[in-house]
Parts: sequence; C-alpha cells; structure tokens
Amino acid sequence: MKGRIIVRVYNKDIKLRKEQFIVPTIFFVLSIIGIMGAGVSLGFIKNELYNRFIASGIMVLALLIPIYAGMGLNFSISIGAISAQAASILVIGAKVSGILGLISIFILTTIICLILGNIIGFILNRAKGKEMITSIIIGLLGTSLYQLVFMVGYGSVVHPRNKEIILSNGIGVRNMVDLMEFKILMNRFSVMPILIIVLCAAFVKYITGTKFGCKLKAVGQGVEVANMLGIDGDKVRRYAIVISTVMAGIGHLLFMLNMGNINVYTGHLNIDIFACAALLAGGATLTKASISNAFIGIILFHTLFIVSPLAGQNLFQNVALGEYFRSFIAYGVIAIAFVINLRNERKIHKTE
Amino acid sequence: MVLYLLVLFICLIYLGLDCITIINESLVKMVMNGVFVLALIPMINTGIGMNFGLPIGISAGLIGMLLAIQFRLTGFLGFMTAVIVGSLVAIIFGYIYALLINRLKGNEEIVGIFAGLSFIPIMNIFYSGAPFTNRQMLYPVGSKGLRPKINLENYFKGILDNFMIINIGKVRIPFGMLLFYAMICLAIYLLFKSKLGVGMKAVAQNENFAKLSGIDINKTRTISVIVSMVIAAIGICVYSESYGFVQLYDGPLSVAFPTISAILIGGATRKKATVLNAIIGTYLFQTTFLISVPVANEFLIPQLSEITRMIVTNGILLYAFLYEGKNNSESL
Repeated sequence: MKGRIIVRVYNKDIKLRKEQFIVPTIFFVLSIIGIMGAGVSLGFIKNELYNRFIASGIMVLALLIPIYAGMGLNFSISIGAISAQAASILVIGAKVSGILGLISIFILTTIICLILGNIIGFILNRAKGKEMITSIIIGLLGTSLYQLVFMVGYGSVVHPRNKEIILSNGIGVRNMVDLMEFKILMNRFSVMPILIIVLCAAFVKYITGTKFGCKLKAVGQGVEVANMLGIDGDKVRRYAIVISTVMAGIGHLLFMLNMGNINVYTGHLNIDIFACAALLAGGATLTKASISNAFIGIILFHTLFIVSPLAGQNLFQNVALGEYFRSFIAYGVIAIAFVINLRNERKIHKTE
Repeated sequence: MVLYLLVLFICLIYLGLDCITIINESLVKMVMNGVFVLALIPMINTGIGMNFGLPIGISAGLIGMLLAIQFRLTGFLGFMTAVIVGSLVAIIFGYIYALLINRLKGNEEIVGIFAGLSFIPIMNIFYSGAPFTNRQMLYPVGSKGLRPKINLENYFKGILDNFMIINIGKVRIPFGMLLFYAMICLAIYLLFKSKLGVGMKAVAQNENFAKLSGIDINKTRTISVIVSMVIAAIGICVYSESYGFVQLYDGPLSVAFPTISAILIGGATRKKATVLNAIIGTYLFQTTFLISVPVANEFLIPQLSEITRMIVTNGILLYAFLYEGKNNSESL
C-alpha cells in the first residue's frame, strides 16, 4: 500500500515536471527559428543578451520571493523601478556628483523602496486572493502619481538646484535625464553589475534556507495554517514584498546606469510584464519557481525578443509584424501560465 | 465623487467658462462611452466579475466598421452594417473567450487582462496584413497595412450625434443618440427580467444551488460573455461615429480600465450592477473629465487633466478591490 502511494506520488511528480519543460521547449524552438529567420551572427545576440541580462536579471529574481510566499507574480515591481528613477532624479536635481552621488542614489533608492514596499505589502494583505490583479493596479496608480510629481510638481512646487533637468517652460522634468557621469564611474568596475546579480541570486538562495525562508514556505501553503503555527502571516508577506521591491529598485538602477540616461516617463513601463513573462518562459508556474527558472527564462525570452523584429524584417519585409508577435508572446505566456496552473491544481486535488 | 464634481463646477463658474457647452458635450460623451459601461453588466451579474477582456469585443466591432468602410457604405446603412457585422463577429469571439473563461473560474479578471493584451497583437497582425483595398483606410505610403486612424468624415461620422436633435434655448439634446442608448439599456433590463437573466443571477449567487435547479452553468456563463462582447462591439461603433475616427492597433487597450471605474463610481460592486449604476457612473465619470480639461488649462498645466484621469481611474479600481478584500476577511 505504502509502495503504491509512493509510486503514485512519483508519477505525479514526473507529470508535473514534464509540464514544466513544455513552455521552455516551445520558447527554445521559437528562438532557433527566429535566429535562423533573422540571419544574424551569434556574436551580436550574445552582446545584446548580455546587456539585457544586466537590465532585467535582478528584476526577474525579485519576483521569486513573493511566489514563495504564495502571492503569485508581483506586478508591482514597477514601483521599485519608479523609486529608482525618482531617487536618481532627486540626486541629480540636488547636484550631488562623483562617487558620493552614486552611493547616495543607491541608498536613496533603497530607502524609498523600503517605505513603498511596506505600503504595498499592507495593501496586498487587505486583498488576499486577489494579489496579482491588485498589484497590477498598484503599479498603474503608482505610475500616475509619479507622473503627477515629476510632470506637474517639479518646477511649480519643488524647485531643484539643478535647473538643467527642468523643461524650458519651467514646469516638469525633461523626458530624458543624463546619467553619463555615473555610467563612466560604474564602467571603472566592469564586473560590478554581474557581481551584484550573482549576489542577489545568492541572497535569494540563502534566504530560502534560513528561518525566514521556512516561514515564507509555510505562509505559501496557506496563511491560516501559518497563523495557527504561530507565524505572523501578514508580516511575512509584507517582508516578502519589501524585499522584492528593494531588489527591483536596485535592478532598475543597474539598468539605467548601463543605459547612461533615464527615460523619465517611459522607462518603467512594461518592465513588470516582461519580467514576469521571462520568469514563466523559464518554466516557472504561479506557485513554484526557482533561480534556474529565472536565468533560463531571461536567456530564452530575450533571445526571442531580440530576434523577432529582425526575423519579421527579413522574412516579411515588415518590422512591425515581428514586434506584434513578440508582444503577443509576452502577454500570451502569462495567460497560458494561469491555464497550466489551474490544471496542476486540479491534478493535485485528484491525486489527493 | 459628487463633491469633486461640485468643486469643479465652482471652479468653472469662478473661471467664467461656458457652462452650456459643457452640458451639451457631457450628454454626447455619456452615450459615447456609456455603451461600453453597459457591456459590463451581464458579466458582473453572472458572477464573472469585471470584463477586463473588453478589447476583444471592441476588436470585433472594429472589424465590422472596417468592412463597412471597405464597401464604401455611408450614412445609416454603413453604421447599421458595422453594428450588425460587428455583433456577428463578437458572437464568435465571445464564444471563444467564454471557452477560456469557463476553464478558469475564479481567475477571470486577471486572465481577462492578459487575454485582452495578447489578443491585440494578433489583431495588429491582421490589420497590417488584411487584404483591404479602399485607399482611404490604407497607409498613404506603400500598399499594405491599415492606417492607425481612419477618418469617418465621408462615411458615418456623427450619424447618431446629429440625428433628431432637439434645441431648447442654447441646450442641444441629441435625442436620437439618447434613444439608441435607451434602447440598449432597455434590452439589458429586459434580459434580466427574463428567465435567462434570472438564471444568470442565480449562477452568481450560488453555483451549486443553480446546478441543482437545472441551470447549465457553463452555458449561462457563455451567453453572458457573448452578450457582453456584442454590446462592446456596438459600443465601439457608437464611440467611433461620435469621435469621427476609427482607432485601430493599440487603441482598444485604453478602454477597459476607465470603463470599469465608471461603473464602480455609479455604485456597482464586483458582484452586482444595475443599468442605473451604469448610467449614473458614466455621466459622473465623463463629465468630471470634461470639466477638468478647461480647469487644468487655466492652471497652465495641460497634462494635469490626463494625469488626474489616470489617478482617479486606478484609484477607484484599487479601492474596489480593497473594499471587497475587507468584506471577505470579515465574513471568514
């Protein structure tokens, strides 16, 4: 009897595992087709991929901890990105330069993310079971509030010391703010970005092993159960969001430093969707994800992202087609994740 | 919200702007956006929640209008063709969407967002490759691909706006347009008085109970989704004829969120909504923004009105989700 149960569980495991490979395999095949269609050299892809890896590596890692806590995909990481942009504009506006400026940007980002992360965590605790959709709306609301501050408030209420970042009519920050000075500083330590990403990955790995990690998993199984075990479920969930937001902030900061400028009003848009799609492309589900999912996902998703407009140009003489295709993939993979997730849940119910 | 409207009205009078034009425009705006809001009602009352998949129904209506333009149908004939063809396409789209939604009970809203988002690129591929031949709808340069904004000047622009207008002093009442709107309102009202509508409400209240009383749940849900999509398709036809342009490509995406917050302002919850909620909500929501534009311009910051619009839209949605969450935790 016992043996049979074990076999059954084992079978279920294999089935679930098989399903995990479906999405990455599809992405892999599509990427190969895309690369052949685009007709570009592997060196070009490698270069682009490196840049995008730095840009979104930490963003994707930031999604992991809320998934462990059973909160699903945290779309409000765009708030982290907003904090990073706000912090850089504040520092540049105050005319702090050099190493001091760079460090103060990092510190300020962290502080803003800590505050906002707590607020988001508090809100999401009030909307249990609907975290994902609520986090999407939080991201959108945050975007408009951010626009209110920097498009309207700057110049009319706040008067920064650095007049160069304000539009010529005196109200609102320019669309593009220069970060070149800090980029040059960062380039002196060229291993820095990779080092930070590896550190973040190690941090996520480390956290799952600690006492906090166990609490996370317990809360992920069910808040009520965790509460009975004497764990403050709401607090753990809030911390998960705070960590996620801080990581997202630092991730976006690296991205901006790599670019050398800030797209003040458009830089943070869609970052959440692409990060989630990348994670899911790596074979993660809404309840289960790992660091390897994150890294495989980034490579597969972004390869497809780089080559699809080129392939569209090459095969159909139309760049737009490739672009539509890739946005379809990005949104579609999230929709499919829900279908797969529900099927898995049902399967587990049946075997139980 | 009413308070906010009052403050804006005071601002208006203070700034000495023309109130009557505002009233005139507010009526048109209400119908223009109101049909979308009505489209939400069937799905809310069937317990499927807010229809975030609205862009799918809108795409169906766009196809209807494109066909009408392709065959150069003008005036009422063109408009009615657009509505009818759009509705037929919406039935097909709605059926497919319902198949997806019925497999994902409980997650409809978030799946709706992503279904809508991922459906738009598919339509974009269709727009840029479809074999339309009317020069007025293609890109000026090159031979393939529809232009993002098609002018309806020569087709059916303002066909409802200017139909049966009643002038009372300076106030202009677009009677024909209001009549069209009222007809849709009445249709929805009657739907929920019929046997089918009662079944829908029963499904929303308790699925097991509904099943025991012999209601086919999936079928009821499918019908409700299809009705919603058809009304959305009609909605985009009304919107476009009033606006004067057909907006293709990413245009439909910007409709879902404001529409949903409009019905929430009108006092609907995520489980229950009436026609009256929709009408009041639309009027308040649209009028506020109509007023906020001149007010913001007076303060020399034109972007302000767009930003407040976004903040209000998303703020109300967030509030709705939180309010619901609070109620749930109390009942547990």
